[in-house]
Amino acid sequence: MRIRHDRERCVGSGACAFTLPDIFDQDEDDGRVLVLVERPGEERRKAIEDVAASCPVFALTIEND
Amino acid sequence: MTAEVTTAPVEAPPAFPLSRSRCPLSPPPEYARLREEQSVSRVTLRVSGKQVWVVTQHEQVRQVLGSPDMSSNWKLPGYPLQVPLPPEVLESLELPLVAMDPPDHTVRRRALIPELTARRMQALRPRIQEVTDEHITAMLAKGGPVDLIQELAVPVPSLVFCDLIGVAPDNVGFFRHYAEQMVNRDISPEEMGAAQYEMEMHLQGLVAQKTETPGDDVLSRVIIKNKVTQELEHNDIVALARMLLFGGFDTTANIIGLGTVALLQNPEQLAQVKADPSLMPRAIEELLRYLSISDSATARVATKDVEIGGVLIRAGEGIIALNGSANRDDRFFANPDELDIHRDAKGHLAFGHGNHQCPGANLVRVELDCVFSTLFRRIPELRLAAPVEELEFKHDQLIYGLYSLPVTW
Repeated sequence: MRIRHDRERCVGSGACAFTLPDIFDQDEDDGRVLVLVERPGEERRKAIEDVAASCPVFALTIEND
Repeated sequence: MTAEVTTAPVEAPPAFPLSRSRCPLSPPPEYARLREEQSVSRVTLRVSGKQVWVVTQHEQVRQVLGSPDMSSNWKLPGYPLQVPLPPEVLESLELPLVAMDPPDHTVRRRALIPELTARRMQALRPRIQEVTDEHITAMLAKGGPVDLIQELAVPVPSLVFCDLIGVAPDNVGFFRHYAEQMVNRDISPEEMGAAQYEMEMHLQGLVAQKTETPGDDVLSRVIIKNKVTQELEHNDIVALARMLLFGGFDTTANIIGLGTVALLQNPEQLAQVKADPSLMPRAIEELLRYLSISDSATARVATKDVEIGGVLIRAGEGIIALNGSANRDDRFFANPDELDIHRDAKGHLAFGHGNHQCPGANLVRVELDCVFSTLFRRIPELRLAAPVEELEFKHDQLIYGLYSLPVTW
């Protein structure tokens, strides 16, 4: 599993970084999403899918390897 | 356009806002009927007599709020204004962030969001905890019954706001007084106008002062960064301060008040949160969903012909995407009319959706966590000091809440 993020779409809601701070953060400079762990373990899939679904601009997608 | 496109039924559209009469913690019962029939229907705005669309299902509310063909601009003729604004006032109004479209909106939002990141909001936790504790200590010293709105729900967010934007300690009293006036129904429109004007002068002065001598606060950091980027004018920065004020004061106070009532009305679930505070973050998302205090504040005007839920919305037509209705849509949430602190309520639209989603959402989450956890830990016997039916709900306001909330212990 690989997390893809679209910085152009991101509006910096921080929903991802608030919910899963070990996987997502926000750029100090512009507030947009930073993916800290691009390839998290399979056991995190559900949590990451939930966060991606609650992104207000759907800037996160999960790719299968 | 597809073959399913239909036109709206011709019967007289119901007057909007609809009444919450049945249960003050639930959205108007009429929403359920509208949602069942069709996601998109017509209503007549009480404030202007204009016919606009309302959207009631979760999927289409998200579609409207995420659409690039929907404008937030209050000045466009079809925009569904829900407060009385004389045309000359509207004409001269400097549009706030919430009423801007890209690219103006994008530039201003991006200037602000680095200051409101999840990390920064979590870092405010010790200070929010301190402010919460001080006010609960004062409540306990006073003894019940007290008005929770005046004693806790209003002061905590207003003091956090003052910290955030760097209000000097001797000016905090002014902001506190302003916040109290905003929930006071007994003051005249003239007094209200005067209070707004005074606040405006205060914010102007604050931005001027931060430009001169920056400190360690949100406004100062925006100003410092802007000296390099040169994207914003003085007035844009005042507008950001104003947005934080209007967006962060009243809304947070409202959800603290209503959330307290909702938890007290569901004693079994409250007992579970008291026993296990790790349930609180989930409970907070559920309260946000269940109460949806900004239900009709998510409004747009179409800039192109768009099909939403099988209905053709013409360019120039107003549309209110009812997030409170979306949050009770059983297509998205099981048993949506039940408060269930164990449910995964992520995906609720209480903060809106799309590029205008509330930029202060994570601050609210931290504030609610501190306030509810501390309130029920330090005053476990907290109870309402008046029957729910007698509480003064803000039926006449765009943002729902309580004017007062008598509690005792």
